[in-house]
This record gives sequence, structure tokens and C-alpha cells, in this order.
Amino acid sequence: MNLLTSIKMAFRTIRGNKIRAFLTMLGIIIGVSSVIVLVAIGQGSSQSVTSSINSLGTNLLTVSISDTDTPFTQDNIDEIKKMNTVKNVSPVLSSRLSLKNGSTTSTINVTGSNASYKSVRKLSISNGRFISDIDLDYRQKVIVLGSTTAQTLFGNKNPINQYVLVNGDRYKVIGTLTYKGGSNGQSNDDTAIIPFTTAQRLMQTTHITQFYVQATNSNMVNFAMNQLSRYMIQVYGDSDSFSVVNQQDVMNTMSSVSDTLTMLLGGIASISLIVGGIGIMNIMFVSVTERTREIGIRKAIGAKRKDILTQFLIEAIVLSIIGGLIGIGLGLGITKLYAIFSGGTVVYSLSIILYSFLFSAIVGIIFGVFPANKASKLRPIEALRFE
Amino acid sequence: MIETVMSMNNISKSYKMGESTVQALDHISLTVSRGDFLTIVGPSGSGKSTLMNIIGCLDQSDTGEYILEGDEINKLKDRYLATIRNKKIGFIFQNFNLLGKLSAIENVELPLIYRGVKANERKEMALSCLNQVGIGDRASHLPNQLSGGQQQRVAIARALAGNPPILLADEPTGALDSRTSQEIMEVLHNLNKKGHTIILITHDLNVAKQGKRTIRISDGKLYEGGDVNHEFVNIH
Repeated sequence: MNLLTSIKMAFRTIRGNKIRAFLTMLGIIIGVSSVIVLVAIGQGSSQSVTSSINSLGTNLLTVSISDTDTPFTQDNIDEIKKMNTVKNVSPVLSSRLSLKNGSTTSTINVTGSNASYKSVRKLSISNGRFISDIDLDYRQKVIVLGSTTAQTLFGNKNPINQYVLVNGDRYKVIGTLTYKGGSNGQSNDDTAIIPFTTAQRLMQTTHITQFYVQATNSNMVNFAMNQLSRYMIQVYGDSDSFSVVNQQDVMNTMSSVSDTLTMLLGGIASISLIVGGIGIMNIMFVSVTERTREIGIRKAIGAKRKDILTQFLIEAIVLSIIGGLIGIGLGLGITKLYAIFSGGTVVYSLSIILYSFLFSAIVGIIFGVFPANKASKLRPIEALRFE
Repeated sequence: MIETVMSMNNISKSYKMGESTVQALDHISLTVSRGDFLTIVGPSGSGKSTLMNIIGCLDQSDTGEYILEGDEINKLKDRYLATIRNKKIGFIFQNFNLLGKLSAIENVELPLIYRGVKANERKEMALSCLNQVGIGDRASHLPNQLSGGQQQRVAIARALAGNPPILLADEPTGALDSRTSQEIMEVLHNLNKKGHTIILITHDLNVAKQGKRTIRISDGKLYEGGDVNHEFVNIH
């Protein structure tokens, strides 16, 4: 008996009992679709974390100073700027302050920095201009608003050359930032930027406790990091007083966390695939008992053990493959719906779809073997006598 | 010269029923020549089912020699028996044993499928067999859309499909009323006239008498010839 005939025969049997076939496949359908959905969501969140960190720039180093006894000043910043691996340096000073325009108040994170900050943090101006070095020199009371902040304070009006009150002082709005989209924790839009020197006066501090260093390119990050650390040790005498964080390291940590999460989700879903396989085995065993007489008749008219074995095995495989295909369709559909309704990022992975499909076919073979073997071993006389 | 299709020599078979052993067949010898219409008659428990199983290669004897068209069946392993059944035996059962989910013609095709005959050829052969038993017009009906007599005709067509040397009928009329029974017996007679060898097993004397040759089985032993009628009554 050739394979094609066996497959046709299997389809016949499955079509003859649609509800049972569907129930048998249900486990596989749920298994395959949940693998696809969970992995797509997992990989999507991993990608959104990576891209949000990427948007900060992979050649970015963050230096935080914990020693406040030794002052770190603009002169130090200038020296760092002179290093050959460093492109830009931006000292930052942040505080949560309330901004007021007329009766509208908004409490946000206000950052004081210099002209390079725009390039260091990959910001872009949608309207007006960014802070310039001359604003720092004259401690100008000017402010650049994040897109959300501008929207909150000014609505749809043009905020340029308008004034906002920061802790009671009048600041002139010189520019607004382009909308950047949400990222984890720190919003780039719900913010405002003022000149660094102005911020120092406003927040009453002369020390620099944090600054960003932009390496010339992403290959130079490690060199820049070493050079920077050496310089900082020179200034502070030990390496405990400061920390240098590489954006790439943060990204690696984050993506390894979310990869683990994805694997975990995929693993849990795979278990449901195995359970689905056991479901197939269960039904196939019932089917063998139910069809004992049929097996007897087939054997009496010349079916070999191998023929019966293939017949039942192919039935199990066909069931799990159909289940797998439905599962893929359902999984892709649910993922799409999730993406539409939650707005989250999802990543379809072709390899995962193929793996889960292959896995379901293999599950079909493995769990089909036992009942098929039982069927093929039935003795024709007893099988014929079975009522 | 008369050609021998099958011969049995000193065949014995016993079963264990709990602690006691039942001797179902006790040193049986039997020869059937080509074109014969042999009926084997006996009451239940006489060993006729066991004999049928052994003739039909569904079971092996304990001892003795069974030769079917030159093959020594008693020396074959179980796994070769399926091929023998497929090629050399056409089974006709009391309760038809058709597969309910397959149409008449598909049921008839079944032995050919297991023999590996190609689809077109298979359909043609199956249809000609259905025509031979006079039911070609019902080829696409499912068994439950057919009457008992029609179902048995389909079953006979299925037995014929592989053109086996022996048609083995086990109570073929047992589930049918007397008129339909007679029709089925006529079908079998016609096939016999065309040269098919038929072995028919029954407990019904009226059916048994219609064969060319009748053998009585009782307590696992065969008795040939004589007044069948008389001896059968005595068995009761």
C-alpha cells in the first residue's frame, strides 16, 4: 500500500468524525498558537527595550560621581573633551521642578546641560533652536521644552518666545523637541532643558555630579571608557568615587533578561504542546479499541502489520499537522490582535513558527506510535470476534 | 486430471480453557480440488470455526501439514500469513464485515489496495466484480444504504476482487432471510460454475446439501460422505 493511499485513507477517517478530530487537535492548536503568541510578544518587548536603549546611542558613556568633597568642574569637562576618543561631553544637572504658564502647571524633570547635549542624547528640534554655548556663558534664562511639556503648557499655540515660570523665574522658550516616543522609565518628551550654568544657579550647586560622554564612534567606546577611567582615577585617586556605565552593557543585560523571559514563555507553551500530544495519544487509543473490528477485517483481507501501523500513525500525524497549521493561523491572528489593541511591539519569528510546527508533527509521530503499534499487533481472529 | 488446490494432513489444534485443554481439531485430513464446492457442516462447538480460521490462514495449526497452492502454510511465520490471505483467500463472513465508512466499490477495492494495485486498474477490477454479483449499479452506496442481501453481494465481490484460488464462506446466509439466502447461494453456484473453488462452512443442513460435496465435522473430527442427513441428526 503506498503512502498517498494511506494519507487519503487517513483524511477519510478524520472527515468521518469531525468533532472528535477537532477535539483531538485542540491541544496541539492551543500549544502551537501559544508558543507563537508568547514568543512573538517576548521577542517584541526585547526588541523595544533594545531599540529604546539604542535610541540613546550605543557610543554613550554615563559617568556618575559620588565623591562630593573633590569638586569636579567645567575645567575637568574641558580636559575630557580634548581626549582623542571623545566627541562630546555634556554635564547634566537634573531636578524635578514645576513649570507654569498662566494657570497651567506641570511638574517635570528639568535638565541643565550644554549645547552638545542635543547630539549626545540624539535629540532633534522641531521648532526654534537648542541651547547654545553663549546661553551658558551668560546664564541665560532660556528653556527648551519636550514635546509633551510644550503640549501641556501651551496646547496648540506656538510656545516659541513665550515665557514660562520655573520656580517663579521667567524663562523664555527658545525651542521645542521633536516627539521621540516612550521608552522605559525615562520619558524623552515629558522634559525641559535649560543651560547648565543657569541650572547650577537655580539648583544652588557648583559641583558636577553626572555627565555624558559621547565616544567618536561605537568602536571607540571601550577605548574612551579606559581613557576616561584613567583620567578620573587621576582626579580622585581611586575608582570608588565614580562609576562609568557603558550603554552597550546596559543593553546587553536588558536583552539577556528579556531573552531568558522569552525562552521561559516558549518553554511553558511547549509543555502545552506535549500535553496536546498526550491528548492525541489518548484519542488514538480509544480509536484503536473502537475500531478493533475494522482492524480485524482489514487484516483478514490481507493488511500486513506494517499497513495497519502506517494507517494509524499517518492518522495521528495528519491530525497533528492539521492542528499545527490551525495553531499557526490562530497564533498569528492573536498576535496581530494583541499588537493592535495593546500597541506593543511583536516580532514574528519564522524559525519559531517552523519549530513549533515541526514539534507538533514530531509529537504526533511519538504519541501516535504507541496506539498504532497496539492496533497493528491485534490478532485478526480476536479482532474479528470483537463486538 | 484433477488439480489439488489445498490439502491438509493430520492437522490438530487445541486451546487452553482455564485448566482444561480443548481439542478443537483432532488429526484432520482434507483435500480440495480446483472447481470444487465443498460444504462443511457441524453444530456449534464442533470445531468448524477453528477449521475455518486455519483454512483461512487466520490461525496456525499446532501440528500437521497444510499446503495451499504449493505453499506450506504451517511452516510460515505469522507475518507472511497476511500476504497469503490477501492473495489466496477470499473471505465471505456471516455478518458481511464491510467497512461502514467506505462505499461498496471502496470496500471491494480494499484487498487490491493492500496488494498495491494502481487506482485506475483497481476501480475497474472492483467494478467488474460488483457486476459479476449483479450489484454494479450500487457501487457508490454506503453499506448502511444497502439491504442485507446486497451487502453480502458486496462482500462476495470483495472476496472475488483479488481473484483468489479459494472463496471461503463462513455462514454466508446466517444473517439473511430464506429467500435472500437462496439468492446468495445462487450467486455462489454461478461463481462455482465459472470455475471458482468454494469452501462453505455452515450449521444449516439445507445450505450444506447444496454443495457438490459435504463434510461433517463433529468433536474436532471430519466425516465424509454417507447419509449426511441421518448422521447430522444423530449428532444432535
